[in-house]
Amino acid sequence: MPGRGKVPPPREVELTDTPLLEIEGVSRHFGGVAAVDGVSFRLRGTPIAGLIGPNGAGKTTLFNLIAGSLRPSAGRIRLAGRRIDGLPPHRVYAAGLGRTFQIPRPFHAMSVLENVMLAPTGQRGERFWCNWLGRGAIAREERAIRERALGWLAFLGLDRLADEPAAVLSGGQRTLLELARVLMGEPRLVLLDEPGAGVNPALLATIVERLAELNRRGIAFLVIEHNMDLVMSLCRPILVMAEGRLLLEGDAASVRGDRRVVEAYLGGAAA
Amino acid sequence: MPDLASYLVFFLVVALTYALLCLGLALQWGFTGLFNVGVAGFFAIGAYASAILTGPDYPGQFGGFGLPIPLGWLGGMAAAAVAALAVGALTLRLRQDYLAIATFGVAVVIQLLALNLESLTGGAFGLGFIPRPLFGRFGSSTAFNLFYLALMTSLVGLVWLALEALVRGPWGRVLRAIREDETAAEALGKPVFRHRLESFAIGSAVMGLAGGLYASFTGFIAPQDFQAILTFQVWAMLIVGGAGSFAGAVLGAVAVWALWTASGALIDQLLPAAFQVRGAALQIVLIGVVLAATLVLRPRGLIVERAALSARAADGR
Repeated sequence: MPGRGKVPPPREVELTDTPLLEIEGVSRHFGGVAAVDGVSFRLRGTPIAGLIGPNGAGKTTLFNLIAGSLRPSAGRIRLAGRRIDGLPPHRVYAAGLGRTFQIPRPFHAMSVLENVMLAPTGQRGERFWCNWLGRGAIAREERAIRERALGWLAFLGLDRLADEPAAVLSGGQRTLLELARVLMGEPRLVLLDEPGAGVNPALLATIVERLAELNRRGIAFLVIEHNMDLVMSLCRPILVMAEGRLLLEGDAASVRGDRRVVEAYLGGAAA
Repeated sequence: MPDLASYLVFFLVVALTYALLCLGLALQWGFTGLFNVGVAGFFAIGAYASAILTGPDYPGQFGGFGLPIPLGWLGGMAAAAVAALAVGALTLRLRQDYLAIATFGVAVVIQLLALNLESLTGGAFGLGFIPRPLFGRFGSSTAFNLFYLALMTSLVGLVWLALEALVRGPWGRVLRAIREDETAAEALGKPVFRHRLESFAIGSAVMGLAGGLYASFTGFIAPQDFQAILTFQVWAMLIVGGAGSFAGAVLGAVAVWALWTASGALIDQLLPAAFQVRGAALQIVLIGVVLAATLVLRPRGLIVERAALSARAADGR
């Protein structure tokens, strides 16, 4: 690992039995269609959980509901015991839940470093008068944020590109940039929407290895992914969704052996 | 002082007044993407507010506060900022075009108010005898103009530095993010609307300052000083200079004002008296041609934004 990164030490394992994420009867209707239909599950400890299912199963909608981009029509969502359903996305982020998008959206004209430095919410320097009256304090704040941003970029292997415009990044590097941005918020749980989509195999290996390392440091993940090898090797538990409902939850072996999973995928294709 | 030199001083004072207007517009358009076509209105608000605050007691009229001149300038800035906050609060949540329509409307309304609200603005006759700073101390108007040029230069410099500090700092980083992708900025928890409103108000305050300085320089203001052509000129200056930098705003103001003045003088010289009025329209045509040429040959203006990346992100490494 590049030595420049300053990464926080592993969190102490929490001994309470409050689930990290608790989804309770969550639904979301669009007109008459239930995109997510009464989904309930709990994530305990610090897992790398997988969320799979055929296209249109409601996975991304569920992510949007958890991250606050959409309000649930019904149900409750708790992060470490705290209700987060109904909060706007930046409040959910501040509460310790980060998310990346299926199609990463960096600010192309800004440098990679600036993209990451933008992430912390509530920076003093974002109040305009502080840029005139509190320049010393702003300079210190900026130094600290830059330091942390460079740390995460180094950890993710993007530090060489820090000063390049984000437009030059490849698809996989954009995913890493998004991850760096999310990590600036010191999340407990990160929702990753298809981190492997369009990423070359070498970079994918790096991403997987970094995720595992972050997980060892106490960050939990919930991953939507279509690359089954990746899901089966990395994720536990694996949640399977189909047609808006949670079909089953289990480890790789039980999911692979379950007839309903095969039917969900093949049935969807045959219908 | 020879005539030409003293004219040059006068020319530069006016050019720097335009430069302030351009700096305000550069923040709004170049750095925030706000399409303000009511520059003349905010300029007028600053000028009238400052004139009323510092001016003598005109008979039968509101005003006559006789406040110190710098307070008048601050009052002009505040008045323009408040007007911008009101307009912005109503329109900045809507699509881009609504701000353009609203600001254009505001400029027209302000001009009509200046023309008709006689008890406040003196109507078509305008406001005269506006105090000029330290005017009595100077033996000649040339000396005063020279003093005013120094004052304008330092104020333009000060505003430039203040705006530069703003857009190079974390506030400006958020602004650039908003300009590039509003939805993504919002997803990161950045208060998009508040940032836009702040930018709009600060830019308008700078325009109000230009108005106050203009009033205290000429000592006389009237509604015809604040017509839509002024907004057109300022836009032309910013586009020619380059909307992406404050240096471009200042350079564009001086360059286009020089062209405007020179073409005016040339028309005076060349055209017979009967064609003078129609000849004046040629000035607008000329600026239009320059504008079109700029858009074709150097679409980003004379001074191109430095690689769009702030120096701040790279330093200290």
